[in-house]
Amino acid sequence: MTADLLVILRHGPYGSSWLREGLDISLVAAAFGQKVSLMFLGEGVLALMPGQVKGAPGQKATAPIIDMLTMYDIDRLLVCRDDLQRMGLQAEELCVAVEVISGENISAELTHHSNVLNF
Amino acid sequence: MHYALLVMGAPYSHQAAHSALRFAQAIIRKGHHLDAVFFYHDGVHNASTLMSPPQDELHMRNTWVELHDAHGTRLEVCIAAALRRGLLDAQEAKRHAKTAHSLEAPFELTGLGQLLELQRQCDRLITFAP
Repeated sequence: MTADLLVILRHGPYGSSWLREGLDISLVAAAFGQKVSLMFLGEGVLALMPGQVKGAPGQKATAPIIDMLTMYDIDRLLVCRDDLQRMGLQAEELCVAVEVISGENISAELTHHSNVLNF
Repeated sequence: MHYALLVMGAPYSHQAAHSALRFAQAIIRKGHHLDAVFFYHDGVHNASTLMSPPQDELHMRNTWVELHDAHGTRLEVCIAAALRRGLLDAQEAKRHAKTAHSLEAPFELTGLGQLLELQRQCDRLITFAP
């Protein structure tokens, strides 16, 4: 068990502010020196689509935050294999390098982290 | 056991905040300690001083305040999520040249770092989200 933080992101970039506010706390945690891993589940994998532009009127895009993650030493991005397939995506076409995990790995990650936040 | 709650649902729109309140009352009844409730995302609306539900409905803000008064539970509100949703205390209202404010003690505007600190300090952080 580690005190590292796992942030689970289950919403796509547009239509709500869940993704943005989940990424916000990830950056704050990293800035405070916590080791942060992100897990993209369900529609959350769409956060990693390349070629994103600004969202609905007035909504800032989240893609620039994804691009900044390595500057914050957030380099462990976990993506569920089944959810990628469901969205018709392949890991190689995403805008950043990810670690593709299976459903079994999800529960292992949850057990491994003492701190989990779910968005 | 020391608990903290993370509330991300607006009152009267979703069950999340209402469930959080009942959970808070239940763990205190069981003899546990509720250190703080942290309001993030749409949960910040729970802190609105101007909330005016019909008299025969539960007044969410006042019920959170009762929890604070009776048990010392801190009521902490993410400042970034609050300001963009129109939840400002007197100091922030002045800073942003607003004619009114909508958040008062015992609710406190604070940063996301405080949520991470709560997660570190407490035995359990329980999330209530729609």
